[in-house]
Amino acid sequence: MDTRDTPEQAELRSSAGRLTRELGPRSVADLDDGKRSRRLAEAVRDAGWLELRHDGGDGLPFASGVEAAIIAEALGEAVADVPFAGPVLAADLARRAGAAPIDGAVVAFAPDLVDAAVVSGSLTDVPLHAVDAAPGGRLVAYALTPDGEGYRLASIETDAADGGADLTRNVRAIPPGLPVRPVADASRALDRDDLDAWVALGLALTSADLVGTIRGVLDASVGYARERKQYGVAIGSFQAVQHLLAEAHTLMEGAASVAAYPAWAADALAPAEARGAGRVAKAYCARAARTACETAVQVHGGIGNTWDCMVHVHLRRALLSSRWLGDDGEMLRQLGQTRLGVTHGLS
Amino acid sequence: MDFRDSPEEAAFRARLRAWIAEHNPGLPASSTDDEYWARQAEWHTALYGAGFFGLSWPRRFGGQELPSVFDVILDDELAAAGAPPRPSLGYLVQGITTHASDAVQERFLPGLISGRERWCQGFSEPDAGSDLAALRTTARRDGDEYVIDGHKIWTSYSDVADWCFLLARTDPDAPKHKGLSAFAVPMDQPGIEQYPLRMINGITKEFGQVVFDGARVAAENMIGKPGEGWRIAMTIVSHEREPGEVGYVSRYLKTAKDLEAKVRRSPDAFRSDQREAVAWAFVEAEMLRLHVRRRLSERLDGVDHGPGGSVDKLLMTWTEQAVGHAALAVSGSQAVVDGDDVALKIYLYSRAQSVMGGTSQIQKNIIAQRILGLPTG
Repeated sequence: MDTRDTPEQAELRSSAGRLTRELGPRSVADLDDGKRSRRLAEAVRDAGWLELRHDGGDGLPFASGVEAAIIAEALGEAVADVPFAGPVLAADLARRAGAAPIDGAVVAFAPDLVDAAVVSGSLTDVPLHAVDAAPGGRLVAYALTPDGEGYRLASIETDAADGGADLTRNVRAIPPGLPVRPVADASRALDRDDLDAWVALGLALTSADLVGTIRGVLDASVGYARERKQYGVAIGSFQAVQHLLAEAHTLMEGAASVAAYPAWAADALAPAEARGAGRVAKAYCARAARTACETAVQVHGGIGNTWDCMVHVHLRRALLSSRWLGDDGEMLRQLGQTRLGVTHGLS
Repeated sequence: MDFRDSPEEAAFRARLRAWIAEHNPGLPASSTDDEYWARQAEWHTALYGAGFFGLSWPRRFGGQELPSVFDVILDDELAAAGAPPRPSLGYLVQGITTHASDAVQERFLPGLISGRERWCQGFSEPDAGSDLAALRTTARRDGDEYVIDGHKIWTSYSDVADWCFLLARTDPDAPKHKGLSAFAVPMDQPGIEQYPLRMINGITKEFGQVVFDGARVAAENMIGKPGEGWRIAMTIVSHEREPGEVGYVSRYLKTAKDLEAKVRRSPDAFRSDQREAVAWAFVEAEMLRLHVRRRLSERLDGVDHGPGGSVDKLLMTWTEQAVGHAALAVSGSQAVVDGDDVALKIYLYSRAQSVMGGTSQIQKNIIAQRILGLPTG
């Protein structure tokens, strides 16, 4: 038992941090700098990060959930406006189905964003959401079609418009009535274990993104509290402000500790157990991130409530990462089902 | 990053599990019943005798020099079996090994670790709580001895202790942080009287007050150097704040799992907010378990006596109080119609966690100033 990074993981963490700090947005205005965001997208592609969950031989991914979570955390910390978890989760699902990855594909989610979309007929029947898709242009989104006890991988093509609350990642709304076609080379049906392990990875990546988001927004807030003066002194010298930031820092450490486990477990433990670890992590990280981001807005005062202050970019990112694959309320409901024997949900 | 047991760890876990199955004394939770405190010494010596306590400490003092992560396995298995937690005295061991002379270490560590000699910790005073350095207990040199006068409070296990790890003022003229020294004071002597304190949940065996009136201690029992008391105290309290050192994780997980089992027996009898409180208590306890794994893994790089213990203490406090709230929620009206309700006692006991070992407010000051580098006011 040794939960430290291996030397390779430590190196990946520091190189990911360097890259995302250099190319991520430093101001709200930077979000409109297309040249910068294209450079960021190219750098992420060139680093091979989008291929971490491609088939590396024998159906196993090139890299484990731990490496993928290290990248997700770095991107969250820098509020990097580049797709990562979306395409990585799509590639992971395709690999489990035995299909070759489609460049830029993401997974379509049900309206509540908790589960991958399941479509029974040949057309989409409700509005679906492609989360963390590249902006603009034609998009391929995976969906599941029921097949006996399991599911088959299917795909939807759409020109759905960009959107969503997160200013750094896209949520594209897929309208009803679009054709849903089987993925031709998907040679395997997806069973419950496949989906549990896939969801575990999803919960690990969204949790890691939240850990990074907390770290980033906390750094900004501590920096601001040292600089901003009122009554002739830095506001960070006031105990009321110090305690808010100390709590947020502590939540970040707890979140980092709990989020690492499903990232490892997604490949190392039985799928149901890994998914259980993911639920615990996501419940904790979602609550921690909301508190930390709200603290950041508060510490920034009036300026923190203006569009041009970066902290709402973190808060908005946290809202999507929390909701995507299930927020704290949904995780507690699911823990109620699996651990407390509640069959009709917690509500 | 690997959460799996190595072959050595797996073998240790299997031996430990078999031993606990046979020797679990089935004590009530420490937070609810005096019987726990009365029989804790027995549990300590049994664990130690079987080779399951003092795992990471030096072999020459009775430890086994195993990596700290073995304590994670101990906590896991104690929790799974519903056995009492390991004795909480790692922080005293850290204080002595970090600061005391070889002679003092050799004299006191074997008895402390094996449980042959029982210890209490004399730091806080009625007028020196959060402001510990304001303590007024004095130790005056008299030949080869020091003479102790003063009043200590919140002294855990003072009624059964053979020794008191005492912090006293040896130099009244020095600035308040510089005039303190630490001693191992024998408790069985005419100059010492101790009185139990009854806590809000009715427990009387955990905390005491100790009055020193001309008590004597040999000068050679000084721990560290004269005037080093504050530094020693800071080493101790930084570890007293670590769940990895005090082993409470197993206690929280056991209570959380007991609450889950109670709900599972008739889920429909509980409202959604009660079930959510239980699920959240489990989330917090799991977080703390994983946090301890991370911290004890980091010790493979060496032990850090820094301010990180304050983060750990806050996480531990939030966990204990989430578990306390869940116990209260699940108990429902029972907790108010039955003054002896166990959940009521668990809940009331949990309120002390944000005070003992340094209040949550003190921890936040330390985190803000020493970790985040915010300016002092």
